[in-house]
Amino acid sequence: MVDPGWYMALAGALFLIGALGLLIRRNALVMFMCIELMLNAVNLTLISAGRALNDINGQVAVFFILVVAAAEVVVGLAIIVAIFRLRASASVDELSELKG
Amino acid sequence: MAEAFLFVLMGIGALAGAVTVVIARNPIYSAIGLLGTLLSVAVLYVAQLAHLVAAVQIIVYAGAVLTLFLFVIMLIGVDKDENRDETLPYQRWIVVALAVVIVGFAAGVTLFGNFDWVPAATTTLPESTNGTIEAVAEPLFTDWVLAFEATALLLTIAAAGAIALAHYRRREV
Amino acid sequence: MVEFLWIIIALPLAGAVFLHFFGRYLREPLSGWLASAAVGGSFAFAVAAAMPFLQGGEHAETLLLWEWMPAIGANLEILWDPLSALMVLIVTGVGFLIHVFAIGYMHGDERFHRFFTNLNLFAASMLTLVLAGNYAMLFLGWELVGLCSYLLIGFWYVRAAPPPAAKKAFVVNRIGDFGLMVGLMIVFSAFGTLSYSGIFERAGAELTTGVATAVGLLFLLGAAGKSAQIPLYVWLPDAMEGPTPVSALIHAATMVTAGVYLIARSAAIYELSTVAQITVATVGALTALWAASIALAQRDIKKVLAYSTVSQLGYMFLAVGTTAYVAGIFHLMTHAFFKALLFLGAGSVIHAMSDEQDMHKMGGLLKKMPVTGWTMAIATLAIAGIPPLAGFWSKDEILGSAFARGGWFSALWVIGLVTALLTAFYMTRQWVMVFLGEPRWDEDKHPHESPAVMTFPLVVLAVLSVVGGLINTPFRLTLEHFLEPAFEMVSMQRPPEGWAMFALLAGLSVLAGLAGAAAAFLTYRQPEQGWRGFETGFEPLWGTWEGAYHVDDIYGRVIVAPGRKAAEAAAFAVDLPVIDGAVNGVARVVRGVGDWARPLQTGFVRNYGALLLAGTVTVVIWLVVGS
Repeated sequence: MVDPGWYMALAGALFLIGALGLLIRRNALVMFMCIELMLNAVNLTLISAGRALNDINGQVAVFFILVVAAAEVVVGLAIIVAIFRLRASASVDELSELKG
Repeated sequence: MAEAFLFVLMGIGALAGAVTVVIARNPIYSAIGLLGTLLSVAVLYVAQLAHLVAAVQIIVYAGAVLTLFLFVIMLIGVDKDENRDETLPYQRWIVVALAVVIVGFAAGVTLFGNFDWVPAATTTLPESTNGTIEAVAEPLFTDWVLAFEATALLLTIAAAGAIALAHYRRREV
Repeated sequence: MVEFLWIIIALPLAGAVFLHFFGRYLREPLSGWLASAAVGGSFAFAVAAAMPFLQGGEHAETLLLWEWMPAIGANLEILWDPLSALMVLIVTGVGFLIHVFAIGYMHGDERFHRFFTNLNLFAASMLTLVLAGNYAMLFLGWELVGLCSYLLIGFWYVRAAPPPAAKKAFVVNRIGDFGLMVGLMIVFSAFGTLSYSGIFERAGAELTTGVATAVGLLFLLGAAGKSAQIPLYVWLPDAMEGPTPVSALIHAATMVTAGVYLIARSAAIYELSTVAQITVATVGALTALWAASIALAQRDIKKVLAYSTVSQLGYMFLAVGTTAYVAGIFHLMTHAFFKALLFLGAGSVIHAMSDEQDMHKMGGLLKKMPVTGWTMAIATLAIAGIPPLAGFWSKDEILGSAFARGGWFSALWVIGLVTALLTAFYMTRQWVMVFLGEPRWDEDKHPHESPAVMTFPLVVLAVLSVVGGLINTPFRLTLEHFLEPAFEMVSMQRPPEGWAMFALLAGLSVLAGLAGAAAAFLTYRQPEQGWRGFETGFEPLWGTWEGAYHVDDIYGRVIVAPGRKAAEAAAFAVDLPVIDGAVNGVARVVRGVGDWARPLQTGFVRNYGALLLAGTVTVVIWLVVGS
């Protein structure tokens, strides 16, 4: 049995890559994928922690996160499509009307 | 040993897929990188006895969500000409600083931290985390049934919202 | 029966609400008839509910409608005793007739339905005032009738005069309301409740003379504001800018008697303070004389009646100050009859003369308007105190009571007698100037008798002015027995016993009335030069009277002008730099902070994401390191 700490380290690395990608890329689609990466990293920690702690609820929590992620993707992609219809671009930097 | 082997192999796969997602110029490659990560993580789930979650990961993520991504990429065209020059001032520096802080903190915690896993008192056998359908469904429909209903509602609202957005037209002038 | 008493208030209130929202969709006379029906329904109900009192043996009852503020005894509760029953009958009965009259008078006005909305609202408010079972609800009605008075005086707000007159009435009433409010606070601090039953039963045992005097004087201030007594009477003559039915209903028959009702209702408190009694009676007597002398010289037909109302209200204050409460309420009732009749008659004349109000431009109208003329003649004789008309009995009872009280009140009796003489003089002068002699009206006027909807109330009120006094003659004290339960806890002043005294006092007041009437008749029967010469013969006194002793000028110089200066000083020296400065300063600070913080909102999602991540990392580090 691999020490849960290694799983945590892997999840942390995935999360960091996702977070940095989210901050660097400006294509809305790729940013969404980065968010999925971060969610997956969190899921991995939950599964690993659940096993380490001998608790099935870790997997239940992953189940809920999957559902919420699916819902988020559905709405997010619909928004991207709607914006693309208006702007013919998927770059989030062009959407800065709310600046102060 | 088998789990250690799987962990190293799939860990490399997951990281490689993640890096691909971030650096690929073409969103198609990003999507394929994401697919690699998702599959690798699914295998890691199986390695940790989370069978049901692994299956759902492949069906929902690799199946539905990724297909949706690809569908949208095709719908709006591949934006190959993305400019890689950073236009926002300080953004790069903020990102680098954050990365350094996070990695440094994680390393610090790993090296100097003092923590231990304390298993839940109620469950004793390793088999209790054997993620069969029954094992996951039992708490899902007893302890978490309210949250389950709430997510069902959320999905319905998300579907309705997506339809509303898809139907949106600019008002005719 | 008693548990449905709320209907008395609810009917006019429902009428007001309905007409407010739907009145504009009704054709002209319909909204008027609807409003009249609401008040008439209340009257019919009140008659039915008052029957037990007439038959005797019934006690006052309290009906709790809703617990508003039970801790201070301020609930919506109805006190149904003979006093409130009589007031309700006067308000709804006279009110109904005036509503009907107004249907004719307001004919053709483009805001016809709005007039009846306000009139119904007034009826509901006044009924709230007189039916209240505690001082809080009385105060509610008190303020509501003030509001309605304001609305109705300023009904023709596009004209020049009504809005300032309405404002004046409102502001002057505020001064009186201040006194009433402070009085109520003292009452509450003394008893811990505002409920009538809680106060009056314990007043004799728990209230010291000093506190009773303070409360009595403060209530007098409130009553003087509402009932137009010295020194707050100045608003009532100006209130004549309202439509004449309003003058009849609010500023003669009902609202202005609220002060008399307040003092009569608070009899248990006045019982404890002779000083307050003497003050009330003196204010009343002086007001009666003061206003009567002003009324002598007025040219405006409504101004005569306005000052006459002030004067007659003075009689009522004299009565309640003498603790002759029944006499005061009796005069309140008869006055409601004949003064409403006089105002409606004046309204009929004004209507016929196309809004002409100057009596110098009238004369000889009796032939053109016989019904109006003869009914007004009855009212004139009634107010002049000619037996057996209504005014004689009530006025005589007041004067007799003052005489019987003796001492200082004897002087007030003399004042009352002189006032009776003046009253007879100015009322006869008015009637003769308007209805007899040569026509003096402008050539474009074509006077005509008013329609039946207007003359019918005149006739009814004339009948009441004739027979109304007979319910409480020395031969048969029906009203006194009727009202007795309401005043059983106080000692009441009565006219002197014995037929000889009655004959002497009545003879004196009748003599005064006849003398005044005869003098005015003989003077104003002459051709125009004759009575004009008579009036100029009294200069400069006559001019002073005609100018109402220039009280308005004096108030303007002594109170209004300094008040305005103080307000200007406060506005430009305090409000602008200090208050506004503080507010604007706060706004500037907020705006400065906003300008400084604005660049943080770049509008770029990725910037927000970076800040979000930085914040999250900070919190995580803090949690991990901190624990």
